[in-house]
Amino acid sequence: MLNEDTKRLVLAHFWLGFAAFAVAVLLGEWQMYIRSPVRAWISDPELYYRAVTAHGSAMAYVLPTLVAMGFGYAIVELALKQPLIGRRWAWAGFILVVVGVVAAMAPVSMGLASVLYTFYPPMIANPFYYIGIVLVVVGSWIWVGLMSVNLHAWRKAHPGESVPLAMFASVAGAYLWAWTSLGAAIELLFQILPVALGLKATIDAGLARVFFSWTLHAIVYFWLIPSYIAFYTLVPRAIGGRLYSEAMGRLVFILFLVFSMPIGVHHLFQDPQVGAGVKFMHAAFTGLVSVPTLLTVFTITASVEIAGRLRGGQGLFGWIRALPWHNPMMLAVAFSFVLLGFGGAGGIINMSYQLDFSVHNTQWITGHFHLIFGGAIVIMYFVIAYDLWPHLTGRALKDMALMRAQLWLWFVGMLVTTFPWHVVGILGMPRRMAYFDYSHPAIAPQAMAVTMSFIGGLMLVASMVLFLLVLVRGHLAERVSLPEFRFSTPAHPTGRLPAVLNGFALWLGLMIGLSVVNYGFPIAQLVFLKQTSVPAVPIGTGG
Amino acid sequence: MAQTSARSTPWVAASIGGLLILALLAALIGLVWIPSAQRDTRISGLWNAICSAAGLVQPWRPARQPTAPVVQPSEVIVTATMMQPADSLSIGRGATLAMQCTMCHGARGMSRADSPNLAGQYEEAIYKQLRDFKSGHRRSAVMAPLVQNLGDQDMRDLAAYYAYLPREAPETPAAVPERPAIVTSGAPMRNIAACESCHGGIDHKPGSPRLDGEPEVYVRAQLKAFASGARGNDLYSQMRNVARQMTSEEIDAAARYYSRR
Repeated sequence: MLNEDTKRLVLAHFWLGFAAFAVAVLLGEWQMYIRSPVRAWISDPELYYRAVTAHGSAMAYVLPTLVAMGFGYAIVELALKQPLIGRRWAWAGFILVVVGVVAAMAPVSMGLASVLYTFYPPMIANPFYYIGIVLVVVGSWIWVGLMSVNLHAWRKAHPGESVPLAMFASVAGAYLWAWTSLGAAIELLFQILPVALGLKATIDAGLARVFFSWTLHAIVYFWLIPSYIAFYTLVPRAIGGRLYSEAMGRLVFILFLVFSMPIGVHHLFQDPQVGAGVKFMHAAFTGLVSVPTLLTVFTITASVEIAGRLRGGQGLFGWIRALPWHNPMMLAVAFSFVLLGFGGAGGIINMSYQLDFSVHNTQWITGHFHLIFGGAIVIMYFVIAYDLWPHLTGRALKDMALMRAQLWLWFVGMLVTTFPWHVVGILGMPRRMAYFDYSHPAIAPQAMAVTMSFIGGLMLVASMVLFLLVLVRGHLAERVSLPEFRFSTPAHPTGRLPAVLNGFALWLGLMIGLSVVNYGFPIAQLVFLKQTSVPAVPIGTGG
Repeated sequence: MAQTSARSTPWVAASIGGLLILALLAALIGLVWIPSAQRDTRISGLWNAICSAAGLVQPWRPARQPTAPVVQPSEVIVTATMMQPADSLSIGRGATLAMQCTMCHGARGMSRADSPNLAGQYEEAIYKQLRDFKSGHRRSAVMAPLVQNLGDQDMRDLAAYYAYLPREAPETPAAVPERPAIVTSGAPMRNIAACESCHGGIDHKPGSPRLDGEPEVYVRAQLKAFASGARGNDLYSQMRNVARQMTSEEIDAAARYYSRR
């Protein structure tokens, strides 16, 4: 059971995250409206970049960080069955995130920080934007520390026992985040902020991009881990099945820990400052990071099949029909896998050095990461909230039909939004442009596709409204007494677990070692290279 | 609750060894095999191929061939912080020096002769043009002799003075026409960015002059000079590329719009 104050803590994290999400969804749809032929050209394109910056910052930094933090705190009490140690620190971390969000979003909304969430030096924004992002990250580092402290306390009290999978995975996510956020933190603290504060006039943009790539890819796996925790520890229980293999779950989170970090240079395939051989090494390891996802798809499909067969499903495909499709969790996992399949296939194209040349910086890329993050990951955030809500509010969540409608709308909306993006991307439409001359014969055929994306975006907005409605109605429903919260049980008793699948020392060592191997040389080389800095370009200096 | 086993040595050996083999294989393919298989005439030898793949910057071939002399459009590289904050001394000196500019640019920086209005102009924009006149990167039979005797500090003082002067409203304000599309949105299919994205209105980029209230004749003449190449002191042909792609209607519309603001 959750402690009353922990409930408030988790709810605060979720609500702040979802509030940022709601604003960001509206901004995203506004951008599609501006880009589409539905509307005349925007007379101030800077507003578009302002919106892109706010959308990206809210979706990339605020929403997933808060969901991971809130879910992690809940897991400590639900999985370890011990009160959260350091709740005051947790609140302090949350307040840092709140202050950071306000500090970052104020200059963005004033047009003083339209540098996009990827920062893009030598563009330099108002320092408060960067300080705000740093505060959000520092707040999340408190969470990392608390996850570690709570795990150690539990281990002390339970010597020799294996850590519950949900906690093991959550701590893996925390360690991954601590290590990967270091790249952007170094870039912000040592490169960007001195320029933004006026202490320096030039910046090494190439080195800054390498540091950002350190963060930029593994951050996606940090976003993804709450969803994968839901796959392994919530889905089988919610649909009445068993987890096919718990050891496989542990292996998957370990593989993410080791392989998601040293691959970020695939974001720099078109950058001249990194050597082609280094790019190849990162591409090779990017290929390997698809392994844990494939393992997950097979393990979870097997777990779902167990549920289907337990419900009387027969034959090769009969179990699919027998699945509890009225259950939001069932719908969500199915939708998530479909979106993950398309997004992942696109990702394998992006990580191929040569193929990337044809899609680099086109709308294809936007389509790819919206399928993965906006689709596969966020749809699981929805059901994580649905699953936890009664335990957080003590009230029933009864709007099953509304939840199903919400998930359907999000799934279909995301497909309708992103498939046309892939198409226009292949046709060469650049991303991050405020308007297009659809009257020109060369791009007139893209007008229809962009309009479809706009309509898909409307469905996403509707889904977002339904999501908030379900949660708010959850707060107003009647009180219920709930059975104890359970995570899924494995199909086979786990038996004796090898100690390495229960601890992190070896894997953290490999994560750091592989990062040094793959990033050490390019970073060292750029640090010592002379004459690589360029004058900073301040943003929003004159209207 | 499941117990853990202490037999982890094979795991440790297998995972460290496996990862080392993977990294080594990837390094061999990416840093040795592919670069040495590609026949690049500029790179000789295996070691150089490896260095190239790792991203090392080095001259692969001794610089024996004569290279064409570099013709720069300007000697000045404009940055956001190139001008020191102007003090009153600098502005005062600038005011004295500006006595010789009044004939064309007006007593307080507002011209009555279709020369550019300098009052309230961005400091770094004035400074850059003065230096370009002096070095000959921007040609003008009128300005060239006037700037010959100006030192660097003189030019900084002049820029500080004119930037300090307030922009006066015209005596007979003309109706401001609606913002033309070329000013607000440019022309994406011709690679023309919106005028306002650099010259103020949406954003101001260092080195771009403020165009509000500049004489129509002057703006039009400069755009035509950029288009024909008669003026070429813009780094990376920023303005020449834009002006070349503009229609004469768009040039007229932009010049008229800015002159009435």
